[in-house]
Amino acid sequence: MISIQDVSKWYGEFQVLRDCTTRVDKGEVVVVCGPSGSGKSTLIKCVNGLEPFQKGEIRIENVSVGDRRTNLPRLRARVGMVFQHFELFPHLTVMQNLTIAQRRVLKRNVRGATDKGLALLEAVGLKAHAQKYPAQLSGGQQQRVAIARALAMDPIAMLFDEPTSALDPEMIKEVLDVMVRLAQDGMTMMVVTHEMGFARRVAHRVIFMDQGRIVEDRPKDDFFKDPGTERAQQFLSKILAH
Amino acid sequence: MPALDWSSIPGALPFLWNGMLVTLSITGVAILVGIVLGTLIATARLSANPIPSSLAALYVNGFRSIPLVMVLLWFYLLVPQLIQALFKNPAADIRLVSAFVAFSLFEASYYAEIIRAGIQSVSRGQVSAGLALGMSRAQTMRLIVLPQAFRRMLPLLLTQAIILFQDTSLVYVIGLSEFFGVAYRTGDRDGTIVELLLFAGAVYFVLCFAASSLVRVLQRKIAL
Repeated sequence: MISIQDVSKWYGEFQVLRDCTTRVDKGEVVVVCGPSGSGKSTLIKCVNGLEPFQKGEIRIENVSVGDRRTNLPRLRARVGMVFQHFELFPHLTVMQNLTIAQRRVLKRNVRGATDKGLALLEAVGLKAHAQKYPAQLSGGQQQRVAIARALAMDPIAMLFDEPTSALDPEMIKEVLDVMVRLAQDGMTMMVVTHEMGFARRVAHRVIFMDQGRIVEDRPKDDFFKDPGTERAQQFLSKILAH
Repeated sequence: MPALDWSSIPGALPFLWNGMLVTLSITGVAILVGIVLGTLIATARLSANPIPSSLAALYVNGFRSIPLVMVLLWFYLLVPQLIQALFKNPAADIRLVSAFVAFSLFEASYYAEIIRAGIQSVSRGQVSAGLALGMSRAQTMRLIVLPQAFRRMLPLLLTQAIILFQDTSLVYVIGLSEFFGVAYRTGDRDGTIVELLLFAGAVYFVLCFAASSLVRVLQRKIAL
């Protein structure tokens, strides 16, 4: 579904990604972890072309993201993305947040877009909040709306960029619950997160990044039982210590 | 100091009213064209492409470096010839049309800077979110960035409109009968210039003060 081949990226002189190669198959859940500054967020933003990269190739269902001739808006409309800071549109109601791209990008009619929006709000437990503005919701609720907004486009895959790291502890669970259900329903997911409990429960593979490199890319059980590199062992012992 | 004689004001009110209509129409046209053109210039200035961005910078810096009176006079000398060349119709009030054009273009340069700051105040994450949903850059600008930017800019845009409203009095240099010009000439004719100018000043004060109170109310509302 998603293949990443020898991707490198520089900010000026500074290299943020070094020859990253991996893939995410249909229905697979891949968790990307690593210390801050390791390039994991940058990598996931390269996948839907929000960040350009200078070398290598990323393909989504055989469409090359880096190719100048690729219609990026069309590609992005098929790949959902959830951001660390939610990025709901503050001037629109929750329902309008869910329908604006359905209507303007997918050209669905008001009725169809609204029905879809309501069904998804119900699925994330926020149907009663459809007419509120994002600022009236808690962080956890906003992030669930953001997930619903991405799902409204009927994506073939979902990208999550640290979806719980801006949340208070008690709100993390409500967001992870939605993500777990999504994974169990067979959604293809690439998730940048430090939530190792989530990785244990639903991930198929775990990727560990350090200094712009993918240093581990293994099935979940192997990764947790016996991380191959010392760097990953250190990282795991630190974040699992408490 | 001689006693003030207000007796000529009632008779002058219809003329003053007509003058106010001219003032308001120049203000209205300049706000409308200024904001539309200013938005285009602001987006050009923020463009990654150096050609539109440097042209827009030239426009803004050019107009902001020239006194308004001079712009008015230039356009007064220039626009009639343009109109005659374009429409061959000298019937239109050349002075009014040239005031419309001069104020619109001049104000656009000020509005462009306000709008540019407003656009930049919307976070990059909002742009990313729009793009990630499959919107084009233009759609993201129109549907996501500009509505938020205008909401934040509203107080500044209104403040600029108040300044513009006062600046329209400068059109006396091209002999147009707007509010201030009418007041001045009526007073000059009747020998009651002090009274007329005091009256005109009071009208400007009341209107502008009311408008800036509105700005303050809006600011408080938007801050919520």
